[in-house]
Amino acid sequence: MSAEETKVIDARNTFCPGPLMELITQAKQAKVGDTLELLSTDKGSTEDVPEWVHKVGHELISTEQIGDTWHIKIRKAK
Amino acid sequence: MRILVVGGGTGGTIVANHLARRLADDIRGNKAHITLLSDTDKHMYQPGLLYVAFGQMSPDQLYRDEASMLESAVDFHVDPVTSFDFDHNEVETESGANYPYDILVIATGSRIEPEEVPGLNEAAYNFFTEENALRMYKALREFKGGTIAMTVSVPHKCPVSPIEAIFMLHDYFKERGIRDQVRLQYYYPINKVHTTANVAKWAEPEFQKAGIEYETLFNLKEVDAENKIAFSEEGSEAPFDMLIAIPPHRGSQVADDNQMGDGGWIPTDRHKLTMEGYDNVYVIGDCTNVPVSKTGSAAHYEAEVVAENITSIMRIGTPVTEYDGKVYCFIEAGFDRATYNAFDYYNLPDLKPPSKSLHRFKVAYNKMYWTTVRGLL
Repeated sequence: MSAEETKVIDARNTFCPGPLMELITQAKQAKVGDTLELLSTDKGSTEDVPEWVHKVGHELISTEQIGDTWHIKIRKAK
Repeated sequence: MRILVVGGGTGGTIVANHLARRLADDIRGNKAHITLLSDTDKHMYQPGLLYVAFGQMSPDQLYRDEASMLESAVDFHVDPVTSFDFDHNEVETESGANYPYDILVIATGSRIEPEEVPGLNEAAYNFFTEENALRMYKALREFKGGTIAMTVSVPHKCPVSPIEAIFMLHDYFKERGIRDQVRLQYYYPINKVHTTANVAKWAEPEFQKAGIEYETLFNLKEVDAENKIAFSEEGSEAPFDMLIAIPPHRGSQVADDNQMGDGGWIPTDRHKLTMEGYDNVYVIGDCTNVPVSKTGSAAHYEAEVVAENITSIMRIGTPVTEYDGKVYCFIEAGFDRATYNAFDYYNLPDLKPPSKSLHRFKVAYNKMYWTTVRGLL
């Protein structure tokens, strides 16, 4: 995946392992500079993801609600 | 119709047994043939490994001969698949044989990959193989006091196992009368002590009652085995006297060898359970990238859906049902209490208060599993 491409992680309606775990799994497999877009129907993701991104040192690009789905984009920074 | 099942774990065995019974007349009339290929002649009850790590089950109790678990109509071979040719509907095996199919079911499981974390193999114990579970039990028996750290890497199978293991550690040292000399430290990758919100909500006060300390947002980066310190991606340090790790997992080796998906996880439609791009290839159990927990329970429910659909394809030419994400997991809350978590794509997890009767039921299920895998329960 090039830096311009976005990998979409569809974690809608999932509880275990859940959206943030799915995102961490994909982030491990991604390259530095890659963009990942998490789709989540859990409103808690809008707090959980930024908290993890901030602590681990990645970059939060955007958070947007479309219908009942939150689209949260991050960039792997390290 | 030639139905080929690759993998003799929970999912593969259940799907083969269901199909053998549903299609018994077709098999007798040579209209259907079911072949199961496995890399071993043994079937392991994997959840039993946790009990081996605490001396509550012995390894011999975890195994049965795979052939004895299968309906006699299933054509069973110990001959691991080495390559898949999805465009020509056949697989090649280690023996050099080719097995053509009309419908393929892939159930090749997952494997631990501690090598992904520098130092982890050298420093840590785990309970995900027989050898490792025994090694952990022997180390626990020798442990006289100090700090036990438990780290959790992502992704991993059986997401409730870290919670179960930490509560069992608490009871283990209580029974030995040295709990006050053991510091239990639990490290978890996200900002709660468990990924399922209701499990975390229940477990956090239980941790406090049991004196289990925890740190969240701790994703294991590397371990200094010599100085006994685990380091996180987030920049914190976890010193330990004994390290118990939930190691990172990958899909099966054969999935990796055939470059079937990132991390060895095979891209799978979460409802149809078909492999991306191939309607005649089903994928079940740990080896999928379906966003449900990697457990025998998920493999069991997925196997029932796939068996039903393969039967209906034979009968009426089309699948009739879809997987709804159903999972049911027991959660040991120590040596004498348990609860369970049940959910699907549409219903939030429903956690019951832990009880002794649920623990006794789990202990009974450790034996009842052999009826599940035969496709009877």
